[in-house]
Amino acid sequence: MQGNAACAEGALAAGCRFFGGYPITPSTEIAETMARRLPKMGGVFISMEDELASIAAVIGAAWTGARAMTATSGPGFSLMMENIGYAAMTETPCVIVNVQRGGPSTGQPTRAAQGDMLQCRFGSHGDYSIIALTPNSVQEMFDLTVKAFDLADRFRVPTFLMADEIVGHMRERVTIPDAVDVTSRRPLAEGCLPFEAGNDGVPGFAPFGLGRSVHVTGLTHDERGYPDTTDPGAHDRLVRRLVAKVESARRDIADYEVTNPDAETVFVTYGPPSRTVEQVMRDRPDDSIGHLRLRVVWPFPEFALQEFGNAKVFLMPELNMGQMVREVQRHVDQPVIPLEKIGGELHTPAELVRALEAHR
Amino acid sequence: MIAPDWFREDRLPHIYCTGCGNGTVLNCTLAAVEEMGWERSETAFISGIGCSSRAPGYILADSLHTTHGRALAFATGVKMAKPDLNVVVFTGDGDLAAIGGNHFIHACRRNVDMTVVCMNNQIYGMTGGQGSPTTPLGAISTTTPYGASEPAFDLAELAVAAGANYVARWTSYHVKELTRAVTTGMQTPGLAFIEVRTQCPTNYGRHNKLRSVPAMIEHLRSHAMLVEKRDRLAREGRPIPEGTFTVGELVRRNRPAMGVKQ
Repeated sequence: MQGNAACAEGALAAGCRFFGGYPITPSTEIAETMARRLPKMGGVFISMEDELASIAAVIGAAWTGARAMTATSGPGFSLMMENIGYAAMTETPCVIVNVQRGGPSTGQPTRAAQGDMLQCRFGSHGDYSIIALTPNSVQEMFDLTVKAFDLADRFRVPTFLMADEIVGHMRERVTIPDAVDVTSRRPLAEGCLPFEAGNDGVPGFAPFGLGRSVHVTGLTHDERGYPDTTDPGAHDRLVRRLVAKVESARRDIADYEVTNPDAETVFVTYGPPSRTVEQVMRDRPDDSIGHLRLRVVWPFPEFALQEFGNAKVFLMPELNMGQMVREVQRHVDQPVIPLEKIGGELHTPAELVRALEAHR
Repeated sequence: MIAPDWFREDRLPHIYCTGCGNGTVLNCTLAAVEEMGWERSETAFISGIGCSSRAPGYILADSLHTTHGRALAFATGVKMAKPDLNVVVFTGDGDLAAIGGNHFIHACRRNVDMTVVCMNNQIYGMTGGQGSPTTPLGAISTTTPYGASEPAFDLAELAVAAGANYVARWTSYHVKELTRAVTTGMQTPGLAFIEVRTQCPTNYGRHNKLRSVPAMIEHLRSHAMLVEKRDRLAREGRPIPEGTFTVGELVRRNRPAMGVKQ
């Protein structure tokens, strides 16, 4: 199965019943699969007029209680930024798939990149936090899409599947389980205000049509959902909670693989560059190379780096100009070496071996 | 007060200026909701950004106060995902015709079953009176200090051309006609667009020799011409007086619609 199709199947398995999108290479097969499959499952597929409208429709659908998703690539992702901030501010659970391609601007529509990793974290204005997952295989296009819906509903936060052209268009064998586990949004308890958070910082959810008269606004609001735009305390309380509900759950959200934790030279990867690292490690006779592979990049699991107690150097192959290097470097004393590659092709094993020899 | 059960009294005082027409439009819309007999649990109000778009915040129902220009795209998601809901959108000329123009024409084309009430005060009110796509030629605003030089959009005609099933235009003076039009719009499957020419004495009238509210309302009344009269004048080859705009029902039809309650 193709990666983009696996993503769509993962979404359907997770209970996604609304897709709003706009065609864009290299993500289009997700929309095409949803267009074919959703109507037969009682869901709604709608091709919106642009990506601003796509994410808006997804947020609207999410407020009726539906699990809702959109899929795009760089240029469309840029257009979505405004309403991604709205989803963060209004605590709307939704899943946004970005099948990354070369940028900036129209860039390389048919080539892979990981150039939107900071945009997905910081692209909308103001302070907020989100969750971002990074698949490295067609199986993970399925699995992590399911997980994205689970996390979006648990934390009421826009959740990103940061895929790329490689995993989107690659074909691999996939195991699709009979059923998947996805947590439902916690319902708004009787007597609770619509934006009154529990101990985990997450408010209960009352979908439209329940008679709870929920007012949703992108303005700074109080626990009732009413605008309160001038009180510094109200803004501080709200925005700090929006950030804390995600950041304080980093260990719970984290998903990563550690290989050879005693190694002195450690690769840190997410997405397809991990496949090249795995090849390099398979080709070596010993355990001298460590590998930390992140399946969740945001919130960043800095504690994962501590698992490599003997590390002398971290090497980071990324399909960008070192976007995640600074995030890793700020948590460790050892040097973090960017192995940046842009242009649309994955690092070759030989390139990584050369880098190993240069830095150990 | 019309429809007191629908007001969020704990949100008062509201932000509208003295003499603003938006309260009138809100009242007429809620009167239409009462006329329809809609329940709170089956009705959602959606808006974008601007003075008009603050209206849902004063209504006791599920309400989505969204981003600038995008209300119709959000509303499309709500209505398509849950056609059982009655969806009413409040918007303004800046929200709908400028930043939201693309969503406007596509919502009309799709003919999604919702009622869109546009409070057209011909100015960006909330930001202090800048020229909008409906500011009349020659009108003074903070960004058209020498008079607006751009021709204006006719929102109702735009909705007709784009395919909405019901289109009407009235003013904040015509409260009975407006209430009836909104009700008819709510009864019509598909997208109903009701443009309301309304007064903004603070940011429009003040700069355009219409400082007093009665003067503004009289100006709206005296420049509104029934569609039927305009058509008659045109048929008879007589001139249409300068500065007038049509009011009344511009279209009621049965194009295929989306998201209609089964």
